[in-house]
Amino acid sequence: MSGTVLFDAPGPRAKRLYFGVGVVAVVAILLVLWFVLDRLNEKGQLTAAKWKPFLTGEIWTQYILPGLAGTLIAAAISVVLAMVVGVLLGVGRLSSQAWVRWPCGVLVEFFRAVPVLLMMLFTYALYAKYELFPPERYALAAVVTGLTLYNGSVVAELVRSGVHSLPKGQSEAAMAIGLTSGKSMRLVLLPQAITAMLPAIVGQLVVILKDTALGYIITYEELLRKAEQIGNYKSNLVPAFIVIGAIFIIINYLLTVVAQRVESLMRRRGRSAGGPLTADPVDQSTVAVVGQDTNN
Amino acid sequence: MDVISEFFSEYDGLQAFRTTIYLTLLSALLALVIGTVVAVMRVSPIRVLQLIGTAYVNIIRNTPLTLVIVFCNLGLFVQLGLALANKDSHTFINDNNFRLAVLGLSVYHASFVAEAIRSGVNTVPLGQAEAARAIGLPFLKTLRYVVLPQAFRGAIAPLGNVLIALTKNSTVASVIGVTEASAVMKVMMENRPDVIFVVFGIFALGFVILTLPVGVLFTSLSKRLAVKR
Repeated sequence: MSGTVLFDAPGPRAKRLYFGVGVVAVVAILLVLWFVLDRLNEKGQLTAAKWKPFLTGEIWTQYILPGLAGTLIAAAISVVLAMVVGVLLGVGRLSSQAWVRWPCGVLVEFFRAVPVLLMMLFTYALYAKYELFPPERYALAAVVTGLTLYNGSVVAELVRSGVHSLPKGQSEAAMAIGLTSGKSMRLVLLPQAITAMLPAIVGQLVVILKDTALGYIITYEELLRKAEQIGNYKSNLVPAFIVIGAIFIIINYLLTVVAQRVESLMRRRGRSAGGPLTADPVDQSTVAVVGQDTNN
Repeated sequence: MDVISEFFSEYDGLQAFRTTIYLTLLSALLALVIGTVVAVMRVSPIRVLQLIGTAYVNIIRNTPLTLVIVFCNLGLFVQLGLALANKDSHTFINDNNFRLAVLGLSVYHASFVAEAIRSGVNTVPLGQAEAARAIGLPFLKTLRYVVLPQAFRGAIAPLGNVLIALTKNSTVASVIGVTEASAVMKVMMENRPDVIFVVFGIFALGFVILTLPVGVLFTSLSKRLAVKR
């Protein structure tokens, strides 16, 4: 922990001071909460009528569960496709052939620099223009394409840093027993790199799941869209947003915990010569290439 | 290639990108302020403050940005009547939406800024803080004079990543009617479905131009400014 080096174990005076500041902080938080609740109450958002719909089956079967399904389906397809695209681009970027390496590098940098929303808007227009999917699938296809291209490039960078984090002896040994560079990649380097990527991939799931909410903007029927529909139907927009927000937070928090577990498990077992990788948790951002532990 | 001249004349694409840049810079500043406060709370010796900081980061980081921005408009403004601009002004709708978007973007990215700064605090060797305590500095002074200046230098690379993410995420502001780049691209694509590739190319290039130099700058800054150890 970083915090513990910053201050001494408190003496009696410091203890009183900390306690005092703690009390002030609690009071401040309670005041803010009270202000918010008072405001909500004043606007009639706290009445039972606004919250009761969430106890009825109808809201869940007609709105929340279909919305959750929409969110999870888009996320699941995107994860699978992003893995495929990512491994292909990542291996391509590591290729010994310059004519493979360069285009893959340009694609990865491009997809990381362009906002996911821009890609969704573009592919939505593209699919509608050439009628590549049935009309009711344009939105899903565009959400999946945008998420796949962006997260595929993130996975490609993970593959690259995963392979780079392996000891040089791994590929030398593969060469020594007569494997070609392609076979050494496929049989020796990639399996270890993907094991090292595992925690980062689980962490990336959070990013993908959050970004499905961008589908709201291109009329995809996911959780956020359903929250708005509930709000319009029962005129309880604020409660609907709070409930849907809580669902997102719970799922994503659980995924974060799983990612941390996988990471600590792998650290203990040391299944890969490279050690676990971590992706930068900022969505739509460049990946921090971290192969080794940070000194914490 | 008349679509390119349309981009400049009819749609005022430069103005759209200017809005994107304003959104990004204002939100980055506010996010830096909020994020620093949250990071300090998280490393402080006071348990309650640590808990508040951790709760902020965990809650905000796991909420989709689109939900945050939409809530700023539909929730804070429409339902709860929070207006951030002068209601009598004839540009009220535009100003208010823009400011609500800045609020949403900075509250969201502050959680990533806080984590970046905390990772920067981790790069400061233990001995530094021990030395500061040894000469009698209390927690806040240790932080202000010894740890934070080094932490910011150590956090430059992740902060650069947050800034790049923020630039791209500013497109989400279009959902509450801020006419930044993605909103204008959408309109152009609807009006000119025959040239969507060119339109996408122009706007994608705009973001490449905005984000690539920032990445290069922050990488070189992080190498130049990092405290040599």
